[in-house]
Amino acid sequence: MVDVQARLKEIGPYVPAADDDMLICRCEEVTKGEIRQAVHAGMFTIEEIRRFLRCGMGLCQGQTCGKLVKGIVARELGVRPTDIEPAVSRAPMRPIEMRILAEDGGER
Amino acid sequence: MSKRIENHPVLGETPERELVKFTYNGQTLEGYKGEPIAAALKVAGVMAHRYTKKRHEPRGIFCAIGRCTDCVMVVNGQPNVRTCITPLEEGMVVQTQYGASAEKDF
Amino acid sequence: MIERYDLIVIGAGPAGLSAAIEAAKNGLSPIVFDENAKPGGQLFKQIHKFFGSKEHKAKIRGYKIGEDLLKEAEEYGVKVVLNATVIGLYQEKEITVKIGEEVKHYKGDSILVATGASENMVTFKGWTLPGVIGAGAAQTMMNLHHVKAGERVLMLGSGNVGLVVSFQLMQAGCEVVALVDAAPRIGGYGVHAAKVARCGVPFYLSHTIIEAEGTDCVTGVTIGEVGPDWKIKPGTEKHFDVDTICLAVGLSPMSQLLKQAGCEMKDTPGGYVPVCDELGATSIEGIYAAGDVSGIEEASSAMIEGRISGAVISNYLGYLSDEGLKTKTEELEHALGSLRQGMFAPENRGKLVTKTEEDIDVSMNLLEKGYVAEDEIERYPGVTHTVGIHPVMECTQNIPCNPCQDACPRGCISIGDNITSLPVVRTDVKCVGCGMCVASCSGQAIFLVDEETEPGYGTVTMPYEFFPLPEAGDKGIALGRDGRKVCDAEVVGVKTSKAFDHTNLLTIRVPSDMTMKARFYRSAE
Repeated sequence: MVDVQARLKEIGPYVPAADDDMLICRCEEVTKGEIRQAVHAGMFTIEEIRRFLRCGMGLCQGQTCGKLVKGIVARELGVRPTDIEPAVSRAPMRPIEMRILAEDGGER
Repeated sequence: MSKRIENHPVLGETPERELVKFTYNGQTLEGYKGEPIAAALKVAGVMAHRYTKKRHEPRGIFCAIGRCTDCVMVVNGQPNVRTCITPLEEGMVVQTQYGASAEKDF
Repeated sequence: MIERYDLIVIGAGPAGLSAAIEAAKNGLSPIVFDENAKPGGQLFKQIHKFFGSKEHKAKIRGYKIGEDLLKEAEEYGVKVVLNATVIGLYQEKEITVKIGEEVKHYKGDSILVATGASENMVTFKGWTLPGVIGAGAAQTMMNLHHVKAGERVLMLGSGNVGLVVSFQLMQAGCEVVALVDAAPRIGGYGVHAAKVARCGVPFYLSHTIIEAEGTDCVTGVTIGEVGPDWKIKPGTEKHFDVDTICLAVGLSPMSQLLKQAGCEMKDTPGGYVPVCDELGATSIEGIYAAGDVSGIEEASSAMIEGRISGAVISNYLGYLSDEGLKTKTEELEHALGSLRQGMFAPENRGKLVTKTEEDIDVSMNLLEKGYVAEDEIERYPGVTHTVGIHPVMECTQNIPCNPCQDACPRGCISIGDNITSLPVVRTDVKCVGCGMCVASCSGQAIFLVDEETEPGYGTVTMPYEFFPLPEAGDKGIALGRDGRKVCDAEVVGVKTSKAFDHTNLLTIRVPSDMTMKARFYRSAE
């Protein structure tokens, strides 16, 4: 288990940056600043950040921003992007209407 | 405004296709049957397909292969239709998408 | 109801189709699912001639290779289901597929994931504006839908995709105002860069986009020079009026399905990929991966990897003997191995190679500006001076490609057994000026030069793939390798032939001392 408090001390406080307003997740309109702040609030995994901010949870399912988010989180944590576990992959892998998904396995 | 390529040095002459009419925000436009809605709109000079929910920013074609979903519009009343991979048909009703609907509520 | 197949292939691109064909040849009945409306993956957008040797379908254009692949798939009865989005892959080798308004379930005795890659993106102020597009989007609009991607375009990225798409933009009639890359050196093949540079496109290496301008769509762009700290050096900003900004900053494997299934994965600088053995088997028995999903390479490699997977799966299911598999894979691995040689081999990625295999200095100008300087070009073995017409081969990097040596009916050109060697022009064999070598060169790096056809004047024959095609008698200007005017020129011949496959041969007459400098022609406005 990661000692969140110790790790937070290590990475230091959130310092606003000039490009914090930059959109990273185009679908859910999540900014770089929001992602950076989430890290400094103790969310060190893509999974937590995704659930909290919804970046990568929109129509494109993180196809465009996945790598960008990883880069930002790695930078804040002072690690390499490859050291960060990508978000969990789960079905449906592409956007699909609920009514179609709901009928899966049903009688027709 | 983007022009059509009628004759290409490698691909040759663009095959003849059937012209169809469709409406874009109530305005009648022409395009080729079966081409992506986005292609017909691009030729007509339409760049902004939608305005986003939170920041109300314009978006248009980005990946052109149905992955990024930035080019979605309201087509025949249905929102979130990926115009870059949806074939154009006669009489289609295409509308700018605001947030997730054709109603501009911001 | 679960439908069952001996092989389920996810993705009908070059890797997936090749695998299905190979498996069908061995008696399997594969089914291929693809989320797109048309099969072939990205092959149909590739209108340039491919590199490699005969076994890699070199000098054939990508879309033709795609057509051949589809024909072969049909011939062997490969079942391809389109508009079929695989939304889940489970370790029991079961998949869920959205087809039309339904989610269907299929189970395979084996599964090959060949889902390819998606484009990487970069952020800058204004990057979400309409008019900022992926390089793949530009190719799709131009080469599939016959619509220009823009009128004035700035390209970001100097890898092969950025270079090839820049050229394709110009072929479609768009203007490319600049090619920009944050890296200090071009990432793609020098020959691809050279054919863009000689058209007059300026290269801005160590530069990046500061801002895309516009309110409702792109109307301009500002770039700036990147310092060693990756920050923009003040005062280096440059503005361009453009309506389109094209992003070609790399690809990432689309490996999410493999991760979902529970395959062991690894994160590499090239992307998140499944851990596979040398023949493409993942950590889950019966699940395989081939093509870009297992690591980004060229379509040529993806096709061979697909063939290997097809053979491996046939063997796994008992349709191909161990002996048969060995023979097949040895042959295919040899072909794959030769594609992975040379300066751009996987192990050289990100490294600066300063010497060719022949121990000749690599042109630094080519790496930093996109063209070989006049004082550098003479050092390569393809560049010779002889009386009369002869090929001048401006092929200066070791890349796996050799169609030129078979193209010459006289045997003037020699590469040898090592396909990455630089071509050598033999001066003891007389060139007849047929131009087959010029048209065969996927890099458009071969010119026919006659330094003196009449007192004080000579001719240069160059590959020309643009419209309008000049005509004999036209007058214009000759451009140098750097895309700048070197002298006035007159067109004295235009040759087109089916054998040249849309590469026209344009011959211009220029002063003798310009024959080693003039490398492109532009008609007088």
